[in-house]
Amino acid sequence: MNKPLRRIAIFCGILVMALLIRDNWLQYVRADELNSHKYNRRVEIERYAHERGDIIVDGKAITGSAETEDSDFTYKRVWKDGPLWAPVTGYSSQAFDSSQLENLEDGILTGNDDQLFFDRTLSMFTGEKKRGGNIVTTLNGDAQKAAFKGLGDKKGAVVALDPKSGAILALASTPSYDPSVFAGNSMKDSDNRQKLLKDKDKPMLNRALRETYPPGSTFKVVTAAAALENGLYDDIDAKTESPLPWRLPQTDRDLQNEGNIPCENASLREALRWSCNTVFGKMSDDLGNRKMIEQTDKFGFNKEVFTPVRADASIYPEDNKPQNAMAGIGQASNRTTPLQMAMVASAIANDGKLMQPYMVAERQAPNLDPVYTAEPEELSRALSGENAQKVQQMMETVVKDGTGTNAQIPGVTVGGKTGTAQHGLNNSEKPYAWFISYAKTDNGSPVAVAVVVEDGNANRDDISGGGLAAPIARDVMKAVIDSKK
Amino acid sequence: MSVVTNTTTIGAIDAPSRRNTELALVVFAVAISVFAYANVGLALNGELPAGMLGYGAGLALLGGVAHLAVRRFAKYADPLLLPLATLLNGLGLALIWRLDQSERLLALKSFAPAASKQLIFSALGVAFFIGVLVLLKDHRILQRYTYISMVLALILLILPMFFPAQFGAKIWITIPGIGSIQPGEFAKIVIAVFFSGYLMVKRDALALASRRFMGMYLPRGRDLGPILVVWAMSILILVFETDLGTSLLFFGMFVVMLYVATERTSWIVFGLTMSAVGAVGVASFEPHVKDRVTAWLDPFAGWGTHQASEQMAQVLMAFGSGGTLGTGLGQGNSDLILFAANSDFILATVGEELGLAGVMAFLLLYGLIVERGVRTALAARDPFGKLLAIGLSGAFAIQVFVVAGGVMGLIPLTGMTMPFLAAGGSSVIANWALIGILIRISDTARRPAPAPAPSTDAEMTQVVRP
Repeated sequence: MNKPLRRIAIFCGILVMALLIRDNWLQYVRADELNSHKYNRRVEIERYAHERGDIIVDGKAITGSAETEDSDFTYKRVWKDGPLWAPVTGYSSQAFDSSQLENLEDGILTGNDDQLFFDRTLSMFTGEKKRGGNIVTTLNGDAQKAAFKGLGDKKGAVVALDPKSGAILALASTPSYDPSVFAGNSMKDSDNRQKLLKDKDKPMLNRALRETYPPGSTFKVVTAAAALENGLYDDIDAKTESPLPWRLPQTDRDLQNEGNIPCENASLREALRWSCNTVFGKMSDDLGNRKMIEQTDKFGFNKEVFTPVRADASIYPEDNKPQNAMAGIGQASNRTTPLQMAMVASAIANDGKLMQPYMVAERQAPNLDPVYTAEPEELSRALSGENAQKVQQMMETVVKDGTGTNAQIPGVTVGGKTGTAQHGLNNSEKPYAWFISYAKTDNGSPVAVAVVVEDGNANRDDISGGGLAAPIARDVMKAVIDSKK
Repeated sequence: MSVVTNTTTIGAIDAPSRRNTELALVVFAVAISVFAYANVGLALNGELPAGMLGYGAGLALLGGVAHLAVRRFAKYADPLLLPLATLLNGLGLALIWRLDQSERLLALKSFAPAASKQLIFSALGVAFFIGVLVLLKDHRILQRYTYISMVLALILLILPMFFPAQFGAKIWITIPGIGSIQPGEFAKIVIAVFFSGYLMVKRDALALASRRFMGMYLPRGRDLGPILVVWAMSILILVFETDLGTSLLFFGMFVVMLYVATERTSWIVFGLTMSAVGAVGVASFEPHVKDRVTAWLDPFAGWGTHQASEQMAQVLMAFGSGGTLGTGLGQGNSDLILFAANSDFILATVGEELGLAGVMAFLLLYGLIVERGVRTALAARDPFGKLLAIGLSGAFAIQVFVVAGGVMGLIPLTGMTMPFLAAGGSSVIANWALIGILIRISDTARRPAPAPAPSTDAEMTQVVRP
């Protein structure tokens, strides 16, 4: 009977061997695949097992990490002042992923980025608790607060740039939201997020970067730059060839000005001061669609901007003659983000040089050593220095004694342009109030701002760039200048 | 192995009993288990667990008493079986206690801490073990109960049909106030006794009365009867109790014993063919079994929609996350498996927290038990003992393969438990009894033959051993 017994022994050996081989297959060959599988909750557990790095403004953290109760995700993201900073940081939620800086800089913030490899290896030996790195932003806390205070409970957005470097100083969007309320993964977090998503005011929409508006009269600055660059006009104080009334090409309709303003053959400076639709409409028509597109390209239109957070592309499309003429006064198919108009103002303030907008100044390892420091980068040459200074003079006149007097700051040279953009079918909806501006001190221009206010509550006649938007721009610029002192 | 049998036939020299080896190994097994227990406490709470002394003392008492019983009642028994069982049982307790402290599991309605219960069951198991040693002076006595065993086995197997299904399988009998018993675990032993007795009597008929066909010996039609009956019974268990594991276990055990009894390879071919036909047939229409097969084929495909698949995926991810060395006891997340994490799926916790190394060690421990069982069968001097020993160790091997293979996704999952490791009273008690019987057979096998009557010539013919 022993022969079959030995065979059975071998059979049992084969069974055990099969199990051993299967186990090696699972735990050695497939270990990495299973360990990082998208359904493997351990990936997330590990991700939230230690404190997330912070996002820093003015040397102070605007975010933090809090220990959670009743969850296997130990730490969740919290914000010191969520609504104020949500347009900058985005959200980082255990249940709903992340957005904006929290998303793009996730590697640094969790400490898993390749740039931190050395640091990680080192702390493995020193036994230090794992922690994420920090992101130092270019933002200016005072300017951000001024922007939010100015917008108040109105809908709108503010973008402030440092024209010399492209650094983003303020990035506000209202109504805003507190990303802390859905940073966890409980039912309550889910409900809170649903509430935000269903809100008809769209608080989670970043209006500064992801909403395009008709730019209205603020676009006349771009049209003026195109005219100067293309040699259509040279002297900003010389009379232009601008008849009044002026009929839109290929139509039987006259282009209207707002009120009875002196626009016939007005000089560039006067036309911008009074915001003459006829002068700039004809200018855009004279230049033609192609040249207008070329100029907008130089200002950064027609492609997405990465700050590194993505901003929608502002557009100046190919179009027919009447539409192109209307686009010259910002009332046709051209649409821009607030960031784009801030870029226009900053390029003009920086004597024609457009800098790449950015908001990450430095990435820090968990031990606060910088692993990356931002270098300002030129994006394009929007217009010549000479022409830029001409546009500056025109914009300064607007603030000194034109439509933008509300933006004046004592002791500081301010240039700006108002805009009141009609929209909706037959302009039936309440218009958007725009204001773009820059301030200038002895050391050049420290700040350029774009403000847009879309206010459904204000009286229609009260909505104007100069009235609603200019004071906000003024406060933001003042905050920047004061914080530099 | 032949060396062992040879020396035992030499009467005049007292064969080594190896009891001291056994004692040392039992102490070692208890020490490892206590270390594991301390490790869990340190990892989870940062301090030595309060119950450590009680746990260590309890386990040492179980191992010690069992050892004394072996020393007294089965002096020449195999020295490895008891320490192996003690080690598996002790580590099982530590693993169950570790899962008792999982917040995820405690949040489940169906979960209740099981460690202290398991310790009581282990004590009961050791009591059964000692009972076997004390009451069963010679395993051949069991031969008398061949047909009583058959009736008992049938009752044990059929009983669960009359009780409500739990967790999709009818393998439990529920006694109000006491709890549920899994009679299949006990039936495993009883049915091995029946097969051994039956095959010992019929082996010649089954082996010799056959026709040659295409190079194989085909049994006569009337001799096919018993295997058809057992096959039909396995299929019935599978259909009515939806218990794939038990059915596979019984059929596998029967084929193994039939082969050993008759030495006819044709039985294996028959057995494999019939089990394949049965399994495929049942799997194609029985929803519970079909579920398991779906989960086995692609566990990740059913994520979020198919519960069995999702659980299987969790099990696989637990194994994968353990990697080579594991996270360390208490530091993994194998409790994500949720339901039955501490019973059917306890091997996944080993996989995640002790890694590839740990699982391989456990598999080798089981392999060693099987090896000692097979060796006992080889050493046994009577056919009944040989058949019983190979039947029990074969069943043990098949059970380990079916459970571990199911949990690791090698074969479809079945509702059986890792012997000694998993939480569950029936399993631990039955397996202690099984080890008891193996120890009894090995004691008989290794016991020196009674010394011949003293003779003046004896000294002259003595074999002198180096």
